[in-house]
Amino acid sequence: MQYRPPVSSPLQHTAHPDHVVVNIGPSHPATHGTIQIIAEIDGETVVHADVHCGYLHRGFEKEAEHHTYHNIIPYTDRLNYCSAMNNNFAYAAAVEQALGLEITPRCIWLRTLLSEYNRIADHCTCIAASAMEMGGMTAFLYLMTVRDYIFEHMNHLSGARLTYSYVRIGGLARDLPDGWLVRLEEILTFTERYLERIHGMLDRNRIFIGRTRDVAVMTPEHALNWGYTGPILRSTGLRMDLRKDNPYLAYRELDFEVPVGIKGDNYDRYYVRMREIDESISMVRQCMERLPGGPINVDDPRVVLPEKELVYNEIESLIHHFKLVTDGVQVPAGEVYSAHEAPNGELGFYLVSDGSGRPYKLHVRAPSFVHMGGMHTLLEGHQVSDIVPTFGSMNMVGGECDR
Amino acid sequence: MSTLYESITAGLHGLYQRAWDSHGMLVLDLLPGQLLDVVQKLKDDHGFALFLDVTAIDYPERTPRFEVVYHFLCPAQMQRVRLKLGVDEHAAELPTLTGSYGAARYMEREVHDMYGIRFAGNADLRPILLYEGFEGHPLRKDYAMEHEQPIVPYRK
Amino acid sequence: MAMMDYLTTRKDDLVGWVRKFSLFPYPFVTACCGMEFMSVSSTLYDTDRFGAALPRFTPRQSDLLMVVGTVSHKQAQIIRKVYDQMCEPKWVMAFGACAISGGFYRNYSVVQGVDKIIPVDIYVPGCPPRPEMVIDAIMLLQDRIANDKHPVLPSEQPPPTRT
Repeated sequence: MQYRPPVSSPLQHTAHPDHVVVNIGPSHPATHGTIQIIAEIDGETVVHADVHCGYLHRGFEKEAEHHTYHNIIPYTDRLNYCSAMNNNFAYAAAVEQALGLEITPRCIWLRTLLSEYNRIADHCTCIAASAMEMGGMTAFLYLMTVRDYIFEHMNHLSGARLTYSYVRIGGLARDLPDGWLVRLEEILTFTERYLERIHGMLDRNRIFIGRTRDVAVMTPEHALNWGYTGPILRSTGLRMDLRKDNPYLAYRELDFEVPVGIKGDNYDRYYVRMREIDESISMVRQCMERLPGGPINVDDPRVVLPEKELVYNEIESLIHHFKLVTDGVQVPAGEVYSAHEAPNGELGFYLVSDGSGRPYKLHVRAPSFVHMGGMHTLLEGHQVSDIVPTFGSMNMVGGECDR
Repeated sequence: MSTLYESITAGLHGLYQRAWDSHGMLVLDLLPGQLLDVVQKLKDDHGFALFLDVTAIDYPERTPRFEVVYHFLCPAQMQRVRLKLGVDEHAAELPTLTGSYGAARYMEREVHDMYGIRFAGNADLRPILLYEGFEGHPLRKDYAMEHEQPIVPYRK
Repeated sequence: MAMMDYLTTRKDDLVGWVRKFSLFPYPFVTACCGMEFMSVSSTLYDTDRFGAALPRFTPRQSDLLMVVGTVSHKQAQIIRKVYDQMCEPKWVMAFGACAISGGFYRNYSVVQGVDKIIPVDIYVPGCPPRPEMVIDAIMLLQDRIANDKHPVLPSEQPPPTRT
C-alpha cells in the first residue's frame, strides 16, 4: 500500500543543504502514540518544529449532539482519561449551571474530594511517564504502584478502574461504600511515603537536572500568549488557579497553596506538579474531615432518576424513569461556559441548548490541545533529545487533545 | 454586572451591536468588521490576555448560518467575556486573531476543519484533527455522523 | 531415521514452546487503554512473569502487535504500515472495545474495529480491560502458539501471508 502522510508538512524538504528533517511519531514510545513532531534539525539543534495532532480524533462533539445529557457522561470520561472525575464534574457543572441547579453540600464536598484525589493520579501518571522516558524506570514503577492503588480504590467506589462515569446531573451515582474513607487515609499515607522516594531520586539527580533545567524556558507573557493554563502556566511564576481565583465546588473553604515555579522550564513543571500532589493530599484530608452528611442527589424530579424500588412498584415512577432515560434531562434553551481547573489546566465546557434533551452544541476547551498549539516554540532552539522531556512535561493526553 | 463589565461596555461603546449577561458572563454581539478592533481594545485596555477558545455553532435554517463564538479571560480579575458573530455560509470568512494571540493558531485551524470557516491571515489552515482528502465538515448539522471516509480500505 | 521422524513430529512442540515464551509485544498505544497497558506492564501485574515483557518499539523486532485503544481513520495507515513491517510469525491483539469494534464511537472518524484493517488473533474486551484480562489473553495466545503448527523446515510449506 502506498503510504501518504495524512497532513502534509511544509518541512518535508529543507531549503538549507545542511539541515535534516526528522520525523518523530505518531508511533513512538515517547509520544504516547497520538502525536507527530516533524523537526528540521541543524546538527543536533531543532530549527523548526511542526507538531501534528488529531490522531485520536474520536468525534466527541458530534457524538455529544446525538446523545442525551446523561449519556454524554461516559464520553467525558475518555477526554482526559488520567483523571476522568475532573472531566465528569466539569461537564456536570456546565449542565447544572444551565439548569440553575444547586447541588447538595455532601455532593459538593465529595466532588471536591474526588477531584483532588484524581488529580493525584493524573500528576503521578505525568511524572511517571516523563521520568520513564528519561530512563528513570524506578520512579516510573513507584508512581505506577501509587496510581494502581488509587485505581483499585476508585474501582471500589465506581466499578471502573479508569473510566468512572461516577457523576450524575444533580449529584453522584451512589454514596461512598463502607470503609472507603479508611482505605483512603491508608493510600494517602502510602502516597506520601512514595513521593518522598521520588523526591530523593529525581530532585538532585544530575542526569534529571541536566535534561530538564533551563530546557524549554517560558516567560509568563509567552505562556499567556499561547494560551497555557494550569501547572504549565504556574511554572512560569504566574499564580493563576481557578480553584483560588474563581472558586467553585468547596474550594473557597479549603486551605491550600498554589505552588508556582521560577522560570518555567521542564524542571519547574515537574516540581510544580509534585507540590500540587502535596497540596491535593492535604485537601483530600480536609475534605475527609469536613465531609457533611445528607443526601448526595438534589431533590428535583426534572433531573434525578427515582429510586429503583419505586420504579418497580409504582406506575408514576416507572413512567418518570422512562421519560427521563429516553428523552433526557430537559435543559432550558441558552448557553453556558463553565470551566474547572483540571490537572492540565482550564477545562471548559461550552454548552448550547435548544431546550431539548440533547445539547445543540457541546464544545470542549481542552487544555492539552491549546498546549500543543504553542509547543513548537518551546522545541525550537533546543536539542533533539530535549524534545522528549519537554513533551513529557507538557502532559499531552491524546483523548483530551484530539477529542 | 460587575464594574469591569461596565468599564468594558463603556470603553467599547459603539463597537458592538448588543451587550448582555448570560449566566454571569458578559456577551457582546458583533459584526465581523468590528472583531479586530474589539479584540485589540479588550487586550490592551481591559487586560484580556488569555485567548480561551473559538468555536462555531451551525444553525442551518438561519441566515447567517454560522455563529462564531470567542471566549477571552482577564487573568487579573478572573473575568470572562464572550464575543459572538454571525457568519454567512457563502462568505464564511473572518479575520484571524493570530496577530494578537498565538493560541488562536490551532483553534482557528480546528474551526476551519470542523465548519469550513476560513480565517483570513492565518497562514496555516491545513487540516488538524482531520486529514487531507476528507470531504465536508463533520460538525455541520448536515454532515451525517456515521459517514466515514477511510484512507485505508476496509478488509472484506 | 526413526530418530529424525520422531524429531519432526515433536518439532512443532519445540518451536511452539520457544515462541510462546519469547513474545515481544509492540504496544501501539493510542488512547485510554494505554493507561491500563502501563499498569499491566508495571509493578502490580507485571507481564514479565509470562515471558511477554519487554515492549519493543520497533516493528522489526517484535512479534505481537498490541493495538491498545481507539484507531481513527487518520491513524489507520500508520497501523497498517507497522503491521506490514513486522516479520512473520506475528500475532495481533485487539486491546479494548474500541480496537475490537470501535466501541461506543460510531462516527465519521473512528475505524469500526482494527480487524477492518489488519487480521486480529485475540480480542480483549473491556473499556478498558482489567489487567487480569490482558494477562489471561496473553496466556490464551501462548496456548494457541504452543498448539499451533510451525512450519520452519525447508521442506515444509510456509503459512499463507494474511493481509
